[in-house]
Order: sequence, then C-alpha cells, then structure tokens
Amino acid sequence: MSEWFARNRAMAILGLVVLVLAYAYYFADKTTALSMYRYSWSYAVPLVLCAMVGVIGERSGVVNIGIEGQLLVAAFAGFFGAAYSGSIIVGILAGVGCGLIMGGFLAWTTVKWRMDQIIAGVVLNIVATGITSFYYKPGQLLPSLMPHVNIPGLSSIPLIGEVFFKGTGVIALAAIVIAIGVHLALFRTKWGLRTRAIGEYPSAADTAGINVIRMRLINVTMAGALAGLAGVYLSMDSTSSFERGMSAGRGFLALAIMIFGAWRPLRAAAAALFFGFVTAAASQLQADKVIDVAPQLVGTLPYVMTLVVLAVAAGKVRAPGAVGQPFIKEGQ
Amino acid sequence: MSDQTQGTSPANDGTQPHGIPASAGKGDVDAAPTEYDPHPVEVDASPEHLEAIVTNEEILALPPEKSGFGAGNVGEVLLDVKNLSKAFGKVQANKDITFNVRRGEIVALLGENGAGKSTLMNQIFGLITPDTGEVTIKGDKTPVKNPKDAIGRGIGMVHQHFQLVPVMTVAENMALGHETSKGGFLDLESARAMVRELSEKHGLAVDPDAEIEDLPVGTQQRVEILKALSRKVDLLILDEPTAVLTPQETDELLGVMKDLANSGTSLVFITHKLREALAVADRVYVLRRGEVVGQVDDLTHTTTTDLATMMVGRSVVLNVEKPEAKPGEVVLDVQDLHVKDDRNLMAVNGFSLQVRAGEIVGVAGVEGNGQRELVEALAGMRKVVSGRMSLGDMDLTKANPYQTHHAGLGHIPEDREKHGLVGAYSIADNLVLNEYDQEPYAKGGVRQFDAVRANAEKQRDEFDIRSSGVEQSAGSLSGGNKQKVVVAREMAFGPKVLMAAQPTRGVDVGSIEFIHKRIVEARDAGAGVLLVSAELDEVLSLADRIAVVHGGQVVKEMPAEGADRAEIGRLMAGDH
Repeated sequence: MSEWFARNRAMAILGLVVLVLAYAYYFADKTTALSMYRYSWSYAVPLVLCAMVGVIGERSGVVNIGIEGQLLVAAFAGFFGAAYSGSIIVGILAGVGCGLIMGGFLAWTTVKWRMDQIIAGVVLNIVATGITSFYYKPGQLLPSLMPHVNIPGLSSIPLIGEVFFKGTGVIALAAIVIAIGVHLALFRTKWGLRTRAIGEYPSAADTAGINVIRMRLINVTMAGALAGLAGVYLSMDSTSSFERGMSAGRGFLALAIMIFGAWRPLRAAAAALFFGFVTAAASQLQADKVIDVAPQLVGTLPYVMTLVVLAVAAGKVRAPGAVGQPFIKEGQ
Repeated sequence: MSDQTQGTSPANDGTQPHGIPASAGKGDVDAAPTEYDPHPVEVDASPEHLEAIVTNEEILALPPEKSGFGAGNVGEVLLDVKNLSKAFGKVQANKDITFNVRRGEIVALLGENGAGKSTLMNQIFGLITPDTGEVTIKGDKTPVKNPKDAIGRGIGMVHQHFQLVPVMTVAENMALGHETSKGGFLDLESARAMVRELSEKHGLAVDPDAEIEDLPVGTQQRVEILKALSRKVDLLILDEPTAVLTPQETDELLGVMKDLANSGTSLVFITHKLREALAVADRVYVLRRGEVVGQVDDLTHTTTTDLATMMVGRSVVLNVEKPEAKPGEVVLDVQDLHVKDDRNLMAVNGFSLQVRAGEIVGVAGVEGNGQRELVEALAGMRKVVSGRMSLGDMDLTKANPYQTHHAGLGHIPEDREKHGLVGAYSIADNLVLNEYDQEPYAKGGVRQFDAVRANAEKQRDEFDIRSSGVEQSAGSLSGGNKQKVVVAREMAFGPKVLMAAQPTRGVDVGSIEFIHKRIVEARDAGAGVLLVSAELDEVLSLADRIAVVHGGQVVKEMPAEGADRAEIGRLMAGDH
C-alpha cells in the first residue's frame, strides 16, 4: 500500500483534493450538486467504456479509431433490437454482439491482413453512419426502461453512494466494475503482462513464445463488446431513444481521454469523469444564467476540451511502442 | 584479453569418450527437472582444471547432475545440423550447411554480413522453417516448430536486437511468456527472486526492478543472457553480441561466455569479429555466401588473417597500408559545440576538434556519446545550440546540408538507407544527388542525362559497384555496393573535408578493404578526413590521430601510432 502511494502520490493527492472540493460543494448546495454530479456520471459512462476499448486496443498495439462507429451501430442495434423484440435483454445482446462483430472486423483486417489501422477504423465509422441512417425508423419505443438498482449499504454513503450506487442503471454499475477490472487485469495478471508486451515490443513477446497475432485478434475483438455496451447505454439508458449520429463524436472523445489518462484504465476513467463534470458544470452555469452564451456554444465544450487536453498531454505521455504497426514475423 | 582456455577446452577434439546417452531424447529434458545447476559454486576456468574434468574418472563416474555439467556429458553432441538449406526467393541464404555443437564448447560462426549466419540460427531457433535438411537436438530429430519449442528443447538465443520490452522491469521481462500466477494475479515476486538467484549464481549483477530502458546496453545484454539461462538452456546462441558493447563490456562478456562453457553450457557465437572469435572459441566454422567454407578445430596456430582469408575467399589486407600523413593547415575547426539530440538532451556537450588537411582524425567512442548528433550538425542536418564550426574560412554553424556540401564537405552518413541514398532512384541518379543542379549535370534548370550517365559509368568502374547497370535501382544493391555508391558520390567532387560516419557498417570485408583504401586516397589527395566509427579496430588502423569521445566531448586526443587499445577502451567507458 505504501509502495503504491509512493508511486502514485501526485495522483492520490489530486484525487483527495477533488474529493474534498466535491463534498464541500455537496454540503453547501445538495440539490444542485447532486444533479450536476449525476449528469457528469451519466455523461461519463459511455466515455469510460469507450476509453477502455481504446486502452485495450492500443496496449495490444492496435489503434481503434472506429470506436465511434462501434458505439453508433451498437446504440442502433440495441435500441431497435429491444423495440422490435420487446425485450430489453435482446436489445443489450444485439448491441454487445454488434460491438463484437465490428471489433472482430477491425481485428481481422488490421492484424490478419495488416490493413492500415486508421483506414480500417475510418471504414467502420463510415459503414456505421451509413447503416444506421439507412435503416433508421422514427417513432419506435423501448418496451420498458433499463433496470435501475440500489446497492444496499453502498447507496447510503453520502454523495458517492447517491451518485454511483443509488438508482443507477446496470450498465453504469458495470462500467465501474469494468474500469477497475481492466486496470487490475492489465497490470496484475498474466494476460496484462502479455498484452502490454505485444503492444510495446511484439518481437520480444514472440520470442518468449507468445502468439502475438492471436492475442491481438482476441483483445481487439473482445474490446468491441465494451463499445457495444457503451452504445446500449447511450440509446437505452441515458436517452431511451435512437437518433441519427447520436454517438456525436464520443468515440473520438474516448481516444482523447485515453491519451489524457496515459493509457491507464483508472486514470482514463477519472479523465472521463472530469470531462463529464466540465460539461455538467457548463450547462449548469448556463442554466443559471451565470454565463450568458448560446447553448450551442456550451455544447461544443467537450470538443474544445479535447483539443486543449491533447495539446497539453502531447509530448508528456507516451503511447505504447508498437501501436499502429502490424506485426510481421521474421522471415515471412 | 585472457586466453586461458584457448585450444585446451574439454570438447575441443573429437575423441571424447562419451557417446550420446541412449535416453537423451526430448522427453528426458522435460520429464527430468533435475536440479540443472550449470554453475558449481566455484568456477575454476583454468586449463588444468578443465583437463582434469575430462580425464578425471571419478568425476565422470558421478551422476550427470553432480558433475557440474547439467543433465548430460561433456562432449556429447548437443546440436547436429545436417545439410540445411534455405532460399528466400532466388537468394540461396543457406546451402547444405552441416555442423555440430558439443556440450560445453564455444563454437564460433564466422562470416561477413549477409553470409547467412543469422538465417542459419533463426532456423535452429524455429523462427524460420528450413527448406531441406535436418536439425537434431540432443538426438531428437523432430523439426523445431517455433521459438517456444526451441526453448523447451534447451536452446536459447540472445538476439542481436535485444528482445526485451523497454518499458518493463527486468523481472517482468524475465517472467514474460513463463509467468506464474497466484490466485489469478501475476506473481512477480517469484520472477524477482529468480533474477536475484540467477544473477548471483552467474555473477551478472542486475537489479530486478530496474526498467530496461534505463539500463546501459551492456546490462541489457546481461538481462538477455539471464533470460535465456532462466529457461534452463543447454545451448545458447549469441547473435553478434559484441556489436553494441564497449571494449570493456566485450571483454566482460567473453569472460562470461567462458564461464558458461566451463560449467557445461554450449555456446554458439555468431560474429564477424575475428579477434573475439579467436579469443573464446574452441572451434570455428566459417560461412561464406550461405555455405560452410571452412572449419577449424584447433585454433592454436590460427591467426586472424587465416580466418579473414576464409571469410572472404581471398587474402585480404586487414591492416590498412598507408604512407605517413602530411598534415597541412586546419580545414575543419569545431569549437565548444553544443547540439541536442531527438529527446532534447544535450548530446554534444562542448565538443572541440580540429582536422587538418591530409590527415585522418578518428573519433572513437561508444555509440550514443554524441557522435551521431555531431555528424548531423556538421552536415547541416541538425541545429547547433551553441559553439562554432567552420570549414576553411566558411562558417558552418548555421548552414544547411546544401550549403555544407558546397562549402566542400563530403558526408558519408551513418544510415545510408535513410540519409545516403534514395532507394527507388537509379544508381546514376544517386551518384549526382548532391550535384544534380550543377553543370554539367544540369544546364539552365534542365537535367543533362548524358552527363549523368557518363559520370555513373565512370564511377561504377572506378569504385567497382557491382550491378546490372547504372540504371539499376540503388535500393536493390547489396550493402557493400550501396555504400560504394555513397562513397563514390561524396568523394567525386573533391571535398576539402570528408566526414565518414561508420563507413563500413554492415559492409562485407572485401568492400571494407576497398573503402578504407579510398579514404586513405582522399587523405593523400589533400582532404581532411573525420572518421567516426564505433569499431575501435577501424579507428586504430585507419586514423592518424584519435579523438576519444565520451559524454559529447573529446576526453583525449592522441596520435594513432602506438595508441593503447586498453587505454582508449577505458576512456571510451568514461574512465578519465
């Protein structure tokens, strides 16, 4: 524990400061604070999940610029799957399945066929926009709402319990578990060690007897399921409707968040929360007429922030060494 | 350099009393995790001791695991390669190669670049599948499927380019691919313990928690060796292991190799450095153009010249013959130069040096001590932070490459593929890359192809550039011929200063001899030559004056005549 603290001192202190400030505001103005925090978290959920997709992909050496497309198709498939079948479960499965399929496409084309990773990702995005716009039918309704639950015990903690564990959707809960799980897996398990190795220096992994190609295929494909989950959250939980282009660049935001989080799952999750908070704060200030600008301008905030974050982070964080490079075995 | 075991190592002659034990199959290795302890507590490397080991009946009577030679007997054939062939397209990389390695001996595989050494080893290690032929490991003829299979059968390899993940710790690299888990989580503590235990046992000090990228190259290599040893190998292949080391680190490595061999590990030492092969090897195989052209079982009376002759196929002059230098006035003057590297660190840090007309100044140093940045700054390819450099009375401090060339600086760059040639262009065009817009190669902005061609034909003959014609693309030439194109171009315009960075890297011995001769000719024609080379032998034999660099500055200048190799090595390592 002390060792961990020594290594992450700056982050721990930052986290503590944020926590103190958050509680201070909470006790000062409970209603506004809670609604703002809840909004932040619901904005952050798909970003957390998508950032995990990016982290897993890039840690394995594959750039996934197609997260946006995975998200959109999953949102579409989830919503209409549920609307036509009349079952929320079918919707979730359809969304996650589509995420998997698109992840598989990206994995197969880039890892197996060594197609340019950026181009493959762009293809995914274009296909996603095309499919979802073409088959879109307005006026559909979800058969029921996504299940929301209270976690006994945890939900009674002031602030944290109320935001994360009280009346939250199952996907939002899953996002917390997934972020922590991916973090532990990446840094504390055999799978994580190997994944980091194939994304950093694949030939070293290869000579150690690790099947780089197979591992990349599996990782990128499986990560697609998380993008699928994010899509399902978008159309079935946070809004309960599907609209054209509703992913609205979140897949790209997630990549910025991944970079901001230095390719570390928990840091990326914190960065996603920060993005959510800034967005929530801006709309709150706008609603209170503290800042009097057009709502459209406030809506651009996450994207402007992305630019700023990337400019600040550039050069300070380092991407996995082999990201973007197809692995070609010696002598082939 | 000690050569205590030379010619007397146990497995040196073919008259070993031991045959291959009948049970020495693959299963034997897997099923018997007997304490494979390649190192007895005290390693006695003296020839007497070794002779004793081979002849002492008492020791031979001991069970294998107690004899200090692992699970086998000294002298048994560990690796037997028969008629191995491999072709890449039309190129026959290996042809009918037959050789063997016995337990406890160091076999050197000598050959020029492109002789097929690495291809051969990659086949044994399972990275490449041979076309025909047979690899027998400890009597087991099953083809090696992949590196994992090779490791499982007791073959380890230390690659020329280290196979270590730079952002991970030593322990993590050791564990990679052979992880142990506890309750689903990675058990790095056992990896750490393994590093500590192995490094203590073999006297190779390494901190298990250090990140690879923070370690010096020599230490990284130790990690590689430890990694191989941790897989309990019987045979360790070292692919050009000394290419990146300082002379001290090299000597240390050679010592480690002997220790390993003395304790029963066999080593295959791939190299093109004759001195090193002679220093440690028990036997030598020489490869040329993919074939074994020579085998020396007793190295007592063999000299480097003999081996070089075998490598090249004709006698070569290893020591450059040159008349005495007649230094004239200063042509290149560098004063207190500061240049940053790509990571924005000060790589050249107060470098001062003068080169006179008609002399060769050799810059000796371990790579990464600012040589690359110095050369790039002089060539106008890198910004100078502070300091001054001038050629004759021209100030080059702010010059770009075009200007430095026209000031009279010829530049043979370190990376010829990247900075020396345009691979897709013809030889003819590459020969005028620096003068293409000058008469006679261009008139009024229009290129004159006849002149370009005539120049190319002339240079091709003069520099012996072996090609199908001057229109052949430069990228398709062999390393040596590519380098000849660069050298021809940079010498053709009569430079006042010729700057040669690693001029013979990746070049075959025949071409090395040729390029060296040309550099001496340029000197005698009155050019000042700045030779930057990581090969100490090259600097020693070619330069008239030697400047040893460390940490981006010249730590000592000395005449090459009578220079002490060991002293230069110490200076290069920062001991001054």
